[in-house]
Amino acid sequence: MSQALFTYTLRLADDILILSQRLGEWCGHGPVLEEDIALTNRALDHLGEARNLLTYAGQVEGKGRSEDDLAYLRMERQYTNAKLVEQPNGDYAHTMVRSFLFDAYHLPLMQALTKSNDAQLAAIAGKSVKEATYHLRASSEWIIRFGDGTEESHQRAQAALDNLWTYTGELFESDAVLEEMTKAGIAPDIATIKEAWSKTVDQVLSEATLKRPADAFMMTGGRKGLHSEHMGFILAEMQHVTRAYPGVEW
Amino acid sequence: MSENPNNWPLWEIFIQSKRGLDHKHVGSLHAADADMAIENARDVYTRRQEGNSIWVVKSEQIHASRPEDAESFYDPADDKVYRHPTFYTMPEGAKYI
Amino acid sequence: MTEVKNLEELFQAKIDAEQKIEPKDWMPDAYRKNLVRQISQHAHSEVVGMLPEGNWISRAPSLKRKAILLAKVQDEAGHGLYLYSAVETMGTSREQTIDDLLSGKAKYSSIFNYPTLTWADIGAVGWLVDGAAIMNQVMLCRTSYGPYARAMVRICKEESFHQRQGYEIMAVLAKGSPEQKEMAQDALNRWWWPSLMMFGPTDANSPHSAQSMKWKIKRQSNDELRQTFIDRTVQQAEVIGLSIPDPDLKWNEETKQYDWGAIDWTEFNNVVAGNGPCNKERLAARNKAHDEGAWVRDAAVAYAAKKAKRKAA
Repeated sequence: MSQALFTYTLRLADDILILSQRLGEWCGHGPVLEEDIALTNRALDHLGEARNLLTYAGQVEGKGRSEDDLAYLRMERQYTNAKLVEQPNGDYAHTMVRSFLFDAYHLPLMQALTKSNDAQLAAIAGKSVKEATYHLRASSEWIIRFGDGTEESHQRAQAALDNLWTYTGELFESDAVLEEMTKAGIAPDIATIKEAWSKTVDQVLSEATLKRPADAFMMTGGRKGLHSEHMGFILAEMQHVTRAYPGVEW
Repeated sequence: MSENPNNWPLWEIFIQSKRGLDHKHVGSLHAADADMAIENARDVYTRRQEGNSIWVVKSEQIHASRPEDAESFYDPADDKVYRHPTFYTMPEGAKYI
Repeated sequence: MTEVKNLEELFQAKIDAEQKIEPKDWMPDAYRKNLVRQISQHAHSEVVGMLPEGNWISRAPSLKRKAILLAKVQDEAGHGLYLYSAVETMGTSREQTIDDLLSGKAKYSSIFNYPTLTWADIGAVGWLVDGAAIMNQVMLCRTSYGPYARAMVRICKEESFHQRQGYEIMAVLAKGSPEQKEMAQDALNRWWWPSLMMFGPTDANSPHSAQSMKWKIKRQSNDELRQTFIDRTVQQAEVIGLSIPDPDLKWNEETKQYDWGAIDWTEFNNVVAGNGPCNKERLAARNKAHDEGAWVRDAAVAYAAKKAKRKAA
C-alpha cells in the first residue's frame, strides 16, 4: 500500500515538476512582458505543487528523503512523469498547447483528488484546484486566440496539436499501481478524468476552429521511467550543481 | 504618438484590495482585449495577494480634468467648511452624533 | 517668450515646494526628455536584467532557491512593465521605447552585460546589484514626477526581498564547504567593482546631475549614494566572513566612513560602449524574444477584433 502510494504521489509530482522546469525556460524570453509574467506565475504554481507532493512522497516512503533528494538525486529511469511534459517548448503555440492538454487533465484530476481517502493528497489537491482552474482558463483562451486569430497562429496551433497528440494517451493509462490506488479510494477512476478531459478538449478546439487529431498511436513509457531523449538533458541541467557538490546546503 | 494598430492597447487598472474599499488606480498594462486585460492585471498587479476585485478601462476612454482648471474646479470648495462635520460644535455630553 | 519663462518659474516653484509634477502639467521640454531617457533606461535595465539571473532558473541547486529565483526574475518583468507605463504617461508608447532598446540606441545598466558564471553569482547579483539599485530606487520614491515616484514606491516594496535573498545565498555559501566559500568569494571579487560603477560617473564628471538635482528628479548625488552603499556593504561582508577585493579599503575615523580604491573607468566606458562580456548576447536575446513573439501579439489582436465584431453584430 505505502509503496503504491509513494509511486503514485511521485508520478503526480514528476509531471508537474518537469512541466514547471520547461515553463521556467521562458522566463525573460516571452512574447510580451505581460505574458512573460503570466507564464512565470504558471511555472511557480506548478513548482509549488511539485514541492508539496515530493515532500509528501518522501514522508510516505519513510526513508528520510527530502523534496530535494527526490528532485535532484534521481536519474531519468527513476523519473515517472508522462512524456508530454518533457517535450521541448518549441514556439509559443507548442508551449500553450502542451499546457492546455495537461491543464485539461490536471484540473479534473485535482478536483477529484480533493475527495481522496488520503487526507494529505486531498489537502494538496485542494490548494491546487484554484490554481489549476486559472491555468485551464488561461491556456484555453490562448488556444482559442491562436486557432481563431491569424492564419499563421492557426497553423502553428494545429501543428502543435498534431505533434503533441500522441503524448496524451499516456495521461490516462492504468496499471497495477493506479488500480490499487483507485480501489483504496485514493486516486479517482481515470476513465472519468479522461471523459472530462475529452469534453474540455472538444469544446475549446471547436471554439478555436482547430481539428481534434484522430487517436492513432499513443506514446507510452514515462510511468516506467522510459523517456524521450530530452529527459536526460533536462535532468543534467537541473541537477548538475547539486550533484557536483554532494551533501551541502544551498 | 503614432500607434501601430497591431499593438495591444493600453489599459488602466483599478484594484480593490478588500471588500468594502474603493477600487484604486494601481497602474497600467497592455492587452488585446478586456478579458486579457483583467487576466494580465491579475498576474501583474496581484502577485502578492493585493487584490479582491479588478476593474480595467481602456486608457483612451479616460477623460481627465485639465490642471489649468484646478483653481476654478477645486478652490471654490475652500470656503465651504460647513461641508465638514468638524465645523459644528456639539453640546458637551451629546453621544452618537 | 515671457510666458514660457513664467511657466518655467511656476514649474520650478512647484518643485521647490515638493509638489509632484503630473502627466498633464506643463513641463519644460528638457525635463520631459530627461525623464523619458532616465525612466526608459531604468525600464530596459529591469528587462535586460532578467537575462543574467534567468540564466540560472533551470539550474538552481534546490527547489526552494528555484522558486525564489523564479519569483524574483518575474518581479523584474513587473518592474519593467511599471516603468514602461510611467514612460507612456509622457506620451511615448512602449513600442517606441522598446524599439530604441532593440536597435541598440537606448542604454540600460551596464552591470547586466556581465555574465553569471556560477550559482554564487546569483547571490552576488541579489546582494550587490540589487543592493546598489535599491539605494537609487529608495531615493527615486521621492522623485518629482508623480507616475515615476509611484512606480518606484511599488517597486521598492517588492524589491525588499531581492537583496535579502541574495545575501542569504552568499551567507549560506560562505559558511558551507571550502569549495562553496571559494565560489562565494570569487563571485564577490567579480561583482564588487561593477556594482560600484552602477552609481554612475563621479559627481565631477556627471554633466546632467546638477540639473537633475535642481528638478528633484535625483535627490542625492552619485558619489553620496556610492559611499553609503560601500559603508553598508563592507559591514555585511564582514558578518559573513567574505573580503572586499579592494586593498585600499580602510575605515576613516575622521570622516566616519570608508576610504576606498579607484574605480577603473576605462572598463566602465568600454562596457557602456558595447564591449562588455555579454552586450551582444543580451541584445540578441531581447530581439529574438520580440521577433518570435510578433505572431503571438498579432494573433491576439486579430482575435480581439473578430470577437468585437461578432459582439457588435
